[in-house]
Amino acid sequence: MENILNWITSNQQIIYIVILMIFVGIEVIGRVPSVLHTPLMSGANAIHGVVVIGAIIIMGQAETDNYLALILGFLAVVLGTLNVVGGFVVTDRMLEMFKKKK
Amino acid sequence: MGINILTLCYLIASVTFIVGLKMLSNPASARRGNLLAAFGMGIAIVGTIFLYTNHETGEHLGNYPWIFGGLLIGGIVGTLAAKKVKMTAMPEMVSMFNGMGGACAALISVVEFNHLAKELSAGTISADAIQPTVLIIVLGLIIGSVSFAGSMIAWGKLNGTVKDFSFTGQNILNLIILAVTLGAGAYLVVDPTQSFLLYTILALALVYGVFFVMPIGGADMPVVISLLNSFTGVAAACGGFLYDNKVMLTGGILVGAAGTLLTILMCKAMNRSLQNVLIGSFGGNRAGTASGSGEQGHYKEISLSDAAMLMSFANKVMVVPGYGLAVAQAQHACHELEKILGEKGVEFKYAIHPVAGRMPGHMNVLLAEADVSYEKLLEMEDANDEFKTCDVVLVLGANDVVNPAAKIDAASPIYGMPILEVESAKTVIVNKRSMKPGYAGIENGLFFQPKTSMLFGDAKKVLQDLCAEVKSV
Repeated sequence: MENILNWITSNQQIIYIVILMIFVGIEVIGRVPSVLHTPLMSGANAIHGVVVIGAIIIMGQAETDNYLALILGFLAVVLGTLNVVGGFVVTDRMLEMFKKKK
Repeated sequence: MGINILTLCYLIASVTFIVGLKMLSNPASARRGNLLAAFGMGIAIVGTIFLYTNHETGEHLGNYPWIFGGLLIGGIVGTLAAKKVKMTAMPEMVSMFNGMGGACAALISVVEFNHLAKELSAGTISADAIQPTVLIIVLGLIIGSVSFAGSMIAWGKLNGTVKDFSFTGQNILNLIILAVTLGAGAYLVVDPTQSFLLYTILALALVYGVFFVMPIGGADMPVVISLLNSFTGVAAACGGFLYDNKVMLTGGILVGAAGTLLTILMCKAMNRSLQNVLIGSFGGNRAGTASGSGEQGHYKEISLSDAAMLMSFANKVMVVPGYGLAVAQAQHACHELEKILGEKGVEFKYAIHPVAGRMPGHMNVLLAEADVSYEKLLEMEDANDEFKTCDVVLVLGANDVVNPAAKIDAASPIYGMPILEVESAKTVIVNKRSMKPGYAGIENGLFFQPKTSMLFGDAKKVLQDLCAEVKSV
């Protein structure tokens, strides 16, 4: 219990960020028209690809003889990049079509 | 110095994510919003590679060949896949990419735990001190794995390789699996030396992900993908906790919150609750399906020339596009018909159901590709008003969204979903490839009504032939 309390105190900054971000996330897309549901989902999908940064950190810190970490980390970088790049490109393709009608 | 610049990079990236998401929710700025977020992501990634230093040892990252190799492979495959994918397959692509993100988060958890376990057995850290970290690792692992497995099933369902599958008591079994997974996770947090549990949790979470999505009908996949999307956001945020990395945290939580709201908005568009989608699933063994599969009487067919004649002399024609139009890539042919009939003075409009196709907004995207003007696309409420004054409604490969059972048959699995009330028009022409039921797997009474005629064939072929016929009228 004490551990947990200590942990909360030492990570309070992070916890504040979490709480504020939850409200920002809800506020930011509150008024989206249903036409944009799919591109918005796709765009959000690309943004959570930010997880690739964690994969890069793992990869960069792995000891060169720790093959398990290297292989898993490498796989994580590939998958994370797929998420980011694929996500943004697909979203752009969807939105490209919206633009034309102007 | 380097680390301070990195902080600035992360700050910029976080702001671009928020502003980008905001711009994405407005048609005029959506595309720039997406590019802005992508730009921020680029800054964050490049900054991490070159500027990140371990806060304990102060070392820079190594293994550059591996990192760049991974980025290159992922980048090339991702770009190609996203560029090559057909418009109809975009929803499954989003699901696939989402699964990749989930898998990435789960892998991070596995590697980090192994790292901790090694230090633990070497005695350099105490089990007590790492408990909160293990908690985050376990959460990231469970959420990431569920998201990965679920997304893969959703992907399979959308492209037709995975069929709906459910059995009695599945909901209870699912709850048990979830409880055991969480229990194992809690145990690992209490006693981090039991490292074998990590793989047990991984396996259980994957199984849960599969079972979670398996019984949910294909028509509800957009909602499920959106939900899993927000899961992956939370999993990414767990990574942010682990590394005390603000950009992962903001990006992840932002998507987690926005994704959850978006999921609820999607459910609202279908007039259903999230609970109803997830638990009251489109099962194959419900009474409604059994009673709906019986004889419904006879349907009548209409010839191309008759259909062309009807439309040429109509005052107002409305088209209800559905997945069939998307599959046949018939949006250009449809626009062609609109132009030809327009020259003959026929008013031509499109009635768009919010969930027509495989994703909300799917039809808008398709028709916009064919240069159909925005004013001609009617949303459901407006369309339902206009059907009354409409002479001919042409249903192009749509099925469940025009099924009157949603209004009248309380036993039907789609009961309660708002539909396009096409039967209030004078005549209804339904184009389908065959009499096979739609995605929800239920019969459609509309096809057997006296004012309805069937026009079988591939939507694109039929529309092209119709264009030719109308020209010669």
